[in-house]
Amino acid sequence: MPDAALKILVIDENRIRASIIETGLREAGHDAVFVLHALQGAARKIADIDPDVIVIDLENPNRDMLEAMFQLSRSIRRPIAMFVDQSDTSSIEAAIEAGVSAYVIDGLKRERVKPILDMAIMRFNAFSRLERDLEAARSELQERKLVDRAKGILMASRGLSESEAYTLIRKTAMNQNRKIGEIAQSLITAADLLGGSL
Amino acid sequence: MTAPFQVIAGFLPLLDSAVLVAAREKGFAGREGVDLSLTREISWANIRDRMAVGHFHAAQMLAPMPIAANLGLTALAVPLIAPMALGLGGNAITVSAALWRALADRGAAGNLDPASTGAAMKAVIAERRLEGASALRLAVVHPHSGHNYELRYWLAASGIDPDRDVEIVIAPPPLLPDALATGAIDGYCVGEPWNTVAVRAGFGRIATVKQAIWRASPEKVLAVHAGWAAENGEALAALIRALYRAAQWAGDPANHEELAEILSLSIYLGGSPAALLPALSGRLDLGTGSQAEVGGFFSPFADFATFPWQSHALWFYSQMARWKDADFRRHDLEKVIASYRPDLYRAALSPIGVALPDRDWKIEHGFFDKKAFDPADIEAYLAAQKASLEATA
Repeated sequence: MPDAALKILVIDENRIRASIIETGLREAGHDAVFVLHALQGAARKIADIDPDVIVIDLENPNRDMLEAMFQLSRSIRRPIAMFVDQSDTSSIEAAIEAGVSAYVIDGLKRERVKPILDMAIMRFNAFSRLERDLEAARSELQERKLVDRAKGILMASRGLSESEAYTLIRKTAMNQNRKIGEIAQSLITAADLLGGSL
Repeated sequence: MTAPFQVIAGFLPLLDSAVLVAAREKGFAGREGVDLSLTREISWANIRDRMAVGHFHAAQMLAPMPIAANLGLTALAVPLIAPMALGLGGNAITVSAALWRALADRGAAGNLDPASTGAAMKAVIAERRLEGASALRLAVVHPHSGHNYELRYWLAASGIDPDRDVEIVIAPPPLLPDALATGAIDGYCVGEPWNTVAVRAGFGRIATVKQAIWRASPEKVLAVHAGWAAENGEALAALIRALYRAAQWAGDPANHEELAEILSLSIYLGGSPAALLPALSGRLDLGTGSQAEVGGFFSPFADFATFPWQSHALWFYSQMARWKDADFRRHDLEKVIASYRPDLYRAALSPIGVALPDRDWKIEHGFFDKKAFDPADIEAYLAAQKASLEATA
């Protein structure tokens, strides 16, 4: 059961990922979700929000600062300990691999916060997959552009048709056991070097 | 050459990752049969967490971190040992141009002298209090760090109470020069190249250095999981030998330019080799047109720089207790001593005929206020420090 009473603070410099996490938490029935994108002046904001759970991404260089704030705990209601307990190494590992860490108010029962970390891990992983897919799409587009340019060069320099040019690139790639994009790139480089007299 | 030992080590992009980097890049690891992969991290918390879950077999750590872990002072504390140190010195205290002008006006000698600079700090703080100005804000990178404890030592020995008279905040190293530039902080204590960065940008002045506050003092260690060390004795010994050879190479001035080139690769520290050379040579540009030559500013090898002295561990523990990061307990001393493992260092290096100290601890000298630390009597040391601060602050 979602625990609507828990106040959750998400600290993430990546705004898209932060909103993905926030949406997930709200969909799971958490009403008190807060998001911080930077730690500047965070001590006061954390004191104002007075969160029960803090979720932070591991790429954030400010984790040492955040943990020190908890240790001083002058501005924070109660000392905060890292959420995942020591015996639960698989869930710690899952969190670290996903790139997320969480802290809770000391004394909160782990059953109340485990679903929150599980949700964060899931959404962090989903975000990474999304980024990888985007990256793949980007490089595919890049490769298509390269091949188009290389075809153009071959058509102009050797008087080939478009399909003949493509066949030549593909055959060269197969013979050399390289990617079509790599062959296209080296054709373009060669043409640039030799001033288009290929 | 086959490499039977796989070792994954974590590091932060700081000058004293040099020994780990040189071990890999100059082939010292390979020659000892260690396939050493290095993974750069962005915070000490990440290094600690990834050690805890077994992603790293070893890591560069702030010297007090394994002690803090073994005393249960941190989250995700797993038993860690430090079988080797990764060098001595390397830090400096940099202040804003405005604070430096105030210090120089009140008698700071300008040659990195901690005593006159500390006395000037005390005068500036007293004047600011009279004027009703806010407390000076100084930054360090981690509570359990040489930076924090040497900054506090310098302030306290100068009659300044670090908890009452200034505000000490935590911030990551790359943020510090910017925070100084914008006036968010008035000074910081950090390792290189982050002092030189602020000096070269023109808004920082190096006020004093670790080497002047405590000569040949400990900074980073090689930390390994106690369980991994117990099960992989041969791998650990090979790693220690590789790092020892790498430290010897890194400590040779003839290799400093090459070392700076390697460290400035984007997979390690990045930036320009020119920003790393001052710390390696000890010829520091202090800002405001001053230079200084600091012998042993950063020492990866000389003076038994890689030996894990148990008196270093005990000094850090004394300061954790002094500043209430830990409660002083006599029965915790065993845990503190066992955090540093000179026995493993000796076992790895004595077979290859390395010169080793004849004891595992020493009375620590070289503090700028001429006080010595006798690890056999920490309580008396703490009592004297308390009385001295109460008398002067």
